[in-house]
Amino acid sequence: MNLTEIDLVDFVIREARMLDEQQYEEWLELFTEDGFYWMPLEFGQTEEKLTTSLMYEDLLLLKSRVQRLSGKRTYSQLPKSRCQHLLQTPTVDKIDAPNNDYRVFTPFHYVESRNDEKELYAGWMKHSLIVEDERLKIKLKRVDLVNCDSPHRNIQLFI
Amino acid sequence: MSYLDNPSSVLSLVTDDEAHRDVYIAEDVFELEMNHLFRNTWIYVGHASQIPNKGDYYSTKISDQPVLMVRHTDETIHVLYNRCAHRGTKLVTDIHGNTGKTFRCPYHAWTYRTDGTLLGVPVRDGYEDVSFGNSCASKGMTSVSNVCVYREFVFAKLQDGGIEFEEFFGDSLSSIDNMIDRSPEGRLEVVGNPLRYMHHCNWKMLVENQTDSFHPMVVHESSAGVVKEIWEDMKQHGNATPMAVECIVPFTSSYSFYEKMGIRTWQNGHGHTGVHFSIHSDYADTSGYVDQMKEAYGKERAEEILNENRHNTVYFPNLMVKGPIQTLRLFKPLAADRTLVESWIFRLVGAPDMLLERTAMYNRLINAPTSIVGHDDTEVYERAQEGLHCTNNQWMNFQRHYFGEEGVAPMEEFPGTTEAQMRNQFRAWKKFMHSVSDQSGVQA
Ligand SMILES: [Fe+2]
Repeated sequence: MNLTEIDLVDFVIREARMLDEQQYEEWLELFTEDGFYWMPLEFGQTEEKLTTSLMYEDLLLLKSRVQRLSGKRTYSQLPKSRCQHLLQTPTVDKIDAPNNDYRVFTPFHYVESRNDEKELYAGWMKHSLIVEDERLKIKLKRVDLVNCDSPHRNIQLFI
Repeated sequence: MSYLDNPSSVLSLVTDDEAHRDVYIAEDVFELEMNHLFRNTWIYVGHASQIPNKGDYYSTKISDQPVLMVRHTDETIHVLYNRCAHRGTKLVTDIHGNTGKTFRCPYHAWTYRTDGTLLGVPVRDGYEDVSFGNSCASKGMTSVSNVCVYREFVFAKLQDGGIEFEEFFGDSLSSIDNMIDRSPEGRLEVVGNPLRYMHHCNWKMLVENQTDSFHPMVVHESSAGVVKEIWEDMKQHGNATPMAVECIVPFTSSYSFYEKMGIRTWQNGHGHTGVHFSIHSDYADTSGYVDQMKEAYGKERAEEILNENRHNTVYFPNLMVKGPIQTLRLFKPLAADRTLVESWIFRLVGAPDMLLERTAMYNRLINAPTSIVGHDDTEVYERAQEGLHCTNNQWMNFQRHYFGEEGVAPMEEFPGTTEAQMRNQFRAWKKFMHSVSDQSGVQA
């Protein structure tokens, strides 16, 4: 499989659209079996496990999040939240086909709203991708908020 | 009429088993809480491991007062009001930092030693002919005089006089002891910055929820129930139970589980869930930690420490510690309907990393603004904050398992789903708001 920069950029943009359209089942399919979603608590954080993060989740937890969103007794999703991603054109940081290693960097603004509240988050996302069964998959999605260490309100959906 | 005009009238807002909505929604009651309750009680400031070296400081707030906790040149810990004695500028704004031997005001370069005493004023002769010596400014940074460092946990009381530290906490300190004793070296270290989670509700709702064993099976069915379901589905492939499942699934335990956990209350508003066992009792040890503890303390003592599985211990008014998982939550009141929750974690010094990994995981799974457990807790508090504006019924009900005659003994035990600890908190609330009737209001 010969991947170009456009393929990688396209992947990231389509991933954000899936989240905005709440196509969560398809979104989960984008992750490898051992994939992770990471949102650090500290700026420039390098440690995933031995210090607090906002999120560091494997497929079990990501699936649970998705299933919870549609639960009849998920009171904090009655009414449901909505979200919108505004991405800067992603930068491809690495295309290394022999080692199956692809990296993309994307600054973003993200809005999540529910009831009459609307919260704006800004930051940078880094995708570490691999090719598996002829498809690009997410090995790690890292989301760094510009104000990761500020007090936050609920973030219930996925940036 | 404002409660500020007649402060003692707030005492009638709390009965033995009910509380009037104004203690949650009225800004003037909140102001009285800041002026009295949060000055008359011992408030958690921070942990000594946050400031290991001379000149290290940690800046925070005690109720609405900006303070900093600093390690002085003689190694002692001081709590100082964070303002320049000259014109009020906060001296530091970083959460953590090192100031060396002095604080220097960024405005007019007044300097202070790390015990708050005034060291220097530039071109001091400008003050020669004024009565500088009589001014507040000449006294330097004001220090909080009532500070107690209990096994590295730093508490302060802003008001002089009143209850002593030991009397205020009594035997409730046994929960902090247990958390510390879980380190083979008997020492804890704060790890990283706290999670900071903003709530649009009154601080007391959060504190009440810490010992509310009647809600998890309702509120957390949506999250813990789902994790359980998905895990059971995956389990057929024969995987070992992941740490995340250990942390989150016990939240779906039954009414009878929580009932049997039990609740213990102490005088002055302190209390804890999990007298006999708790949702933290069944964590696996694959790291050799238990053997390490036996080595350090002897078999019998180690078992005594590890068999104590207290769930949440509330230190009235606004602190909660979880010994078996080494987390600490501080409920910082900002307004009648605004509370900032900080969730900190500790390393058990000398213990295997696996324990810290579980602690960090627990913190993000349960206490984060991104937590699927926290989202539904926050939802119910905030609905209550709004619902309380209904005028037809103006009372919060705390009658579950109330048979009268509570708060008499130094320590009392109850079935787990009781609201006794909430009643205990309100008894303490009345006791420490009580000074409103014999003081003029705002202190000098
Ligand atoms: Fe809860």
